[in-house]
Amino acid sequence: MSKVKGSRILLRHRDIPKLDKLDVYLEDGGFESFKKAVTKMKPDKVTEIVKDSGLRGRGGAGFPTGVKWSFIDANNWPHYVVANADESEPGTFKDREIMEQNPYQFFEGVMLSAYAIQANDAYIYLRGEFWDLAHELDKKIKKLEKSGYLGKKLFGTDYSLNLYTHLGAGAYICGEETALLESMEGKLGQPRLRPPFPPSFGLFGKPTVVNNVETLANVPLIIEKGAKWYRKFGTERSPGTKVFSLSGNVNKPGNYELPLASTFRELIFKHGGGIPDGHAIKAIMAAGASSSLIVANDEALDTPMDYESVQNVGGMLGSASVIVIDETVDISWLVNKTVHFFKHESCGKCTPCREGVFWMSHLTERIDNGSGSREDIVLLQDVANNIQGKCLCALGDFSTQAVVTGIERFPEDFKAKVSPNQAARIKINE
Amino acid sequence: MTALQDKHEKEIKHILAKYPTDEKRSAVMPLLYIAQRKAGYVTKQDMLEIAELLSISTTEVASIVGFYTLYHDKSGGKYRIQVCNDLPCALRGSGQFLEELCENLGVQVGETSSDGILSVEAVMCLAACDKAPMFQVQSHSDISYHENQTVESALQTIEKWRAEETDK
Repeated sequence: MSKVKGSRILLRHRDIPKLDKLDVYLEDGGFESFKKAVTKMKPDKVTEIVKDSGLRGRGGAGFPTGVKWSFIDANNWPHYVVANADESEPGTFKDREIMEQNPYQFFEGVMLSAYAIQANDAYIYLRGEFWDLAHELDKKIKKLEKSGYLGKKLFGTDYSLNLYTHLGAGAYICGEETALLESMEGKLGQPRLRPPFPPSFGLFGKPTVVNNVETLANVPLIIEKGAKWYRKFGTERSPGTKVFSLSGNVNKPGNYELPLASTFRELIFKHGGGIPDGHAIKAIMAAGASSSLIVANDEALDTPMDYESVQNVGGMLGSASVIVIDETVDISWLVNKTVHFFKHESCGKCTPCREGVFWMSHLTERIDNGSGSREDIVLLQDVANNIQGKCLCALGDFSTQAVVTGIERFPEDFKAKVSPNQAARIKINE
Repeated sequence: MTALQDKHEKEIKHILAKYPTDEKRSAVMPLLYIAQRKAGYVTKQDMLEIAELLSISTTEVASIVGFYTLYHDKSGGKYRIQVCNDLPCALRGSGQFLEELCENLGVQVGETSSDGILSVEAVMCLAACDKAPMFQVQSHSDISYHENQTVESALQTIEKWRAEETDK
């Protein structure tokens, strides 16, 4: 039986030394779930248990994993599983730790997912920068092939499974699942119009399940210990644990695996050791650069970090990449930084995002360097409002979150940076 | 057979085997990495050969090179030092780190040193936010991470490469 200490389901390598070695993983009960599934369980049963566990996608959207698997089109074959290991959201570094240090549990999750939808080929799409990691994973896949956990007719059954890595080459947009599929097909990483969704039209036009690394890493223990066990952690609607990537102005940045619905205060002050140099906390971004800026008051700090509650304080849990911002940070500088990121990463497909993000960056740049006017703030808000809801994927909307909430919730930071009257602007332009 | 195929036959065969036989276009990204190994950038000739190998147009291959940041169509430093200066790293001093590193190396962001050994770039998030300041180094053949850096530690690493290159 796989050992679980406290609430560490995914970062178990911190409790079990050398869990990244196959023999250690096997000794801990590794691949028992996969073997049990392939030899004794109907594929639908695997999906049903995952559905019952209430596991939700950890990549950001929070969609119920088992439900996604059940959407797979059973009249169109072959099926594919693609693990999304493109981890590129500023502030997110959890999948990397899982793949580096608990890789076999992640593999087993991919393999269980593949069995559940009867895919014979599964791919892991890694961002190109995870170069060393991808080569390590390739070696480990070879080991699994040699040990009979991957390949033809597994455990004497008719089920066969191959696992491959595929390296991206530096594009944030490829974390969006349909852009990722396009990229895997050797095209520009640009999102597709949906519907159809990947479970009916995915990789090479075939039914495909795309899941985040962390999501998949949950599956082996859910199959081993059951849905009821998994639901001991977290809440009714957000069950399980979550790896929170903590970064920014905090004493001990890093990954912390906690039950969903732990509070921001617990994460930032108890685990993260609080804010350096005795500064006060000013704002929180709960889902990386894509998030809205949450004013870090007592109400926000005591908010449980689950999918529903974070929305109540004007944010989103997303991938749970918590960026801490202290009182020394000028929010107009920060917004310029996030807009710069999205300007660089916009794929160019949808006009409102492609043009709007460039326009926003002109404005945020001008405001940040002190040559903006009050009107620029109004215009910036207007451009952001006109990007929202008008693009094929979420990147457009993401680019506006910090802009809109920054201006709304920290207006003094913007006002302090711009000239009080328009005349000053005209002078600068001359 | 193209020159690229001739030189890397086994490896290319292995890559193509990952994808369905009628979907070999998927191999364009791995093949570009192979092509880039030679000089640190992809030449027109490489694009032509990859297009031929995968039965797609050269323009399509070129568009991939242009879209993804880890492919280059011009020569740069033998070591491309890519410093993350995105928000989480910036909150932990990456801006100052980048500035001081450039000052010490006498190279501006986006420039290559006169000996051609290194260039410095400012890049977007590399999923190492808790270990800032950090940079990755893209050489002709691989990419590696250098985390929890100071300007001194970075300069030491860079000097080591310089010494290795002059020894050659």
